[in-house]
Amino acid sequence: MLVDKLELSLRPAECNMPPYPAKVITLASGEKLVVHQAKREDVPHLLEAVKPLTTVEKDFYDIVASRLYSELLGWYRYRVKDEYCLVGTINGEIAGIVNGRMITEQAGMSYHTIAIRQGLRIGAQLFAAKMEYHLDYLGQEEVWIVAESPNGFKRWMIEYELESRPEQWHELGGVPTYVLTKELWEKHKAAKCAGRRPVPDNLLATAQQMILPSTYPQIKGYMR
Amino acid sequence: MREVGIVGVGHTKFGTAGVPLVDMLAQAALEALDDAGIKTVAGHGVDQVFVSSMGAGFLNRQHGVASALVDTLNLRPAMAETIENGPASGASAIKLGYMAIASGMCDVVLVVGGELMRLISGWEATDFVATMLHPEAEYNYGLTLPSLAGMFTRLCMEKYGIEEKDLALVSVKNHQNAMHNPGAHIQLVPDLYAITEDEDAIIINPHVAEPLHVYDVCPVSDGAAALVLCSMEVAERFVKKPVKISGIGQATDTHAVAEREVPSDLLAVRLAAQQAYKMAGLTPQDIDVAELHDAFVILEIVESEEVGFFPRGEGHLAVRRGDTKIGGKIPINTSGGLKAKGHPLGATGVSQIVELTRQLRGEADGRQVQGAKNALAINFGGFGNNVVATILTREED
Repeated sequence: MLVDKLELSLRPAECNMPPYPAKVITLASGEKLVVHQAKREDVPHLLEAVKPLTTVEKDFYDIVASRLYSELLGWYRYRVKDEYCLVGTINGEIAGIVNGRMITEQAGMSYHTIAIRQGLRIGAQLFAAKMEYHLDYLGQEEVWIVAESPNGFKRWMIEYELESRPEQWHELGGVPTYVLTKELWEKHKAAKCAGRRPVPDNLLATAQQMILPSTYPQIKGYMR
Repeated sequence: MREVGIVGVGHTKFGTAGVPLVDMLAQAALEALDDAGIKTVAGHGVDQVFVSSMGAGFLNRQHGVASALVDTLNLRPAMAETIENGPASGASAIKLGYMAIASGMCDVVLVVGGELMRLISGWEATDFVATMLHPEAEYNYGLTLPSLAGMFTRLCMEKYGIEEKDLALVSVKNHQNAMHNPGAHIQLVPDLYAITEDEDAIIINPHVAEPLHVYDVCPVSDGAAALVLCSMEVAERFVKKPVKISGIGQATDTHAVAEREVPSDLLAVRLAAQQAYKMAGLTPQDIDVAELHDAFVILEIVESEEVGFFPRGEGHLAVRRGDTKIGGKIPINTSGGLKAKGHPLGATGVSQIVELTRQLRGEADGRQVQGAKNALAINFGGFGNNVVATILTREED
């Protein structure tokens, strides 16, 4: 992209965000889920992983995938301030993606959580990793969260006992906002957030390949 | 009494149905009618429809489900009733179907069981199921089925030396079986080490009601199953050779579990099974395959003892030896059981008989118990206060 003065004036001023240290989680299947932070230059590749889900109506995958796609694109093209993306991989294959952004030094905004592999609570673990990033590594006081699917509502709002704050506007629209405070995080972290660090070099190297899923359980018959 | 056989089976994929209750029931029913070769047009010959559902009124705001289903299936003017007997509703509906035919009142009965449970949260589903408990002695104190099962498990562990790993062994076995059942809700096999000993195990397999973990407890599922029953006298009308219902037993126990003489026993399971064996003229040693009600995996272990497969207190040793696996001494829950196949309450008892019918027909692809001739099902209501045992027999040519 040609970066001229006009383009520079369109780009947000970005804060320096400490990196999210990768971790590895043993799933119930015995497989290893490695969670690591994606770089901006990874986005075009990640978009390919998300794109097939943008037409899956079931469980609101279409809206979550479409919005995630546009948010990642916005980050890649410098139209969103202080966004980040964490990727979960199993044997190097992308199993789920989460993203969000810093609003202020004190508050974070959770965007989306998408699980490509299902039935192993990968979405739950990636969501927990996202909260860990905001509250333990970015040192924020709270994270603003909305749910776009009943599954999300059950997993986040109910399981984390999130604080209801409908007067607080979330960037994803007028749906009611809930908040994970530092206090609630400390209450639930031990039961919700798994994983160990550091990730062995070979596992991390495999994870960073971010192989595109060859099949999607949400799309019958799909083969990449 | 006339003899009764099963000539048609149907089963939806358990999990999240994504369709209204009656549509889901109709899917299973149409598959069963097709399997029997019955066309849903005038002259279909179905005299009676029984629908088992524990919570359609509460969960789906729909009553009179059997009447709605008969109309949807174009089976008018067949008689229709909805049956509620807690999680044993399915086996109760089959028992009533059996009685209707054995008495001579009906020749052909369609039994359909189903529940649509995933429209509400897990907590709401748990609370709904808990309404079966004694209102003053149990429910009002916050007891739920998982909490009772947790206490029951602890009691059995202390009394018989059952370990948490034994529970996980049952779970892994049933998940392995479910991988071969396209109708099962959960299609993954947990790794024994990962869910019991790994550093992350406490988070990926947390306690639900100590000592029970997530992988020791059935999921909340939508689903439906259906059977076509007929008098053996008219069985030649149908496509498939009938599997005979050779024994049925039912027994009840105290409503409040604390009032039981031996709270670690499941007396109603023992009595129901004894009745069914007597009616069938069989013993536990004659049974080749069984579906036992494992809403909590401890129940599979204790039921396997109460129905006479193993001495009391030794069911977990049989699990360790692999006796209950396919290929073992007495394969249990080849369908995946409630643990992995799922437990849509009203469907469960019917689903168990669908699986056993397939086993006796030799149609259980990938999970077939070779040469199975006699099969036993235990459908467990409340916390064992209303239990139905059913025995099926494949008759020789």
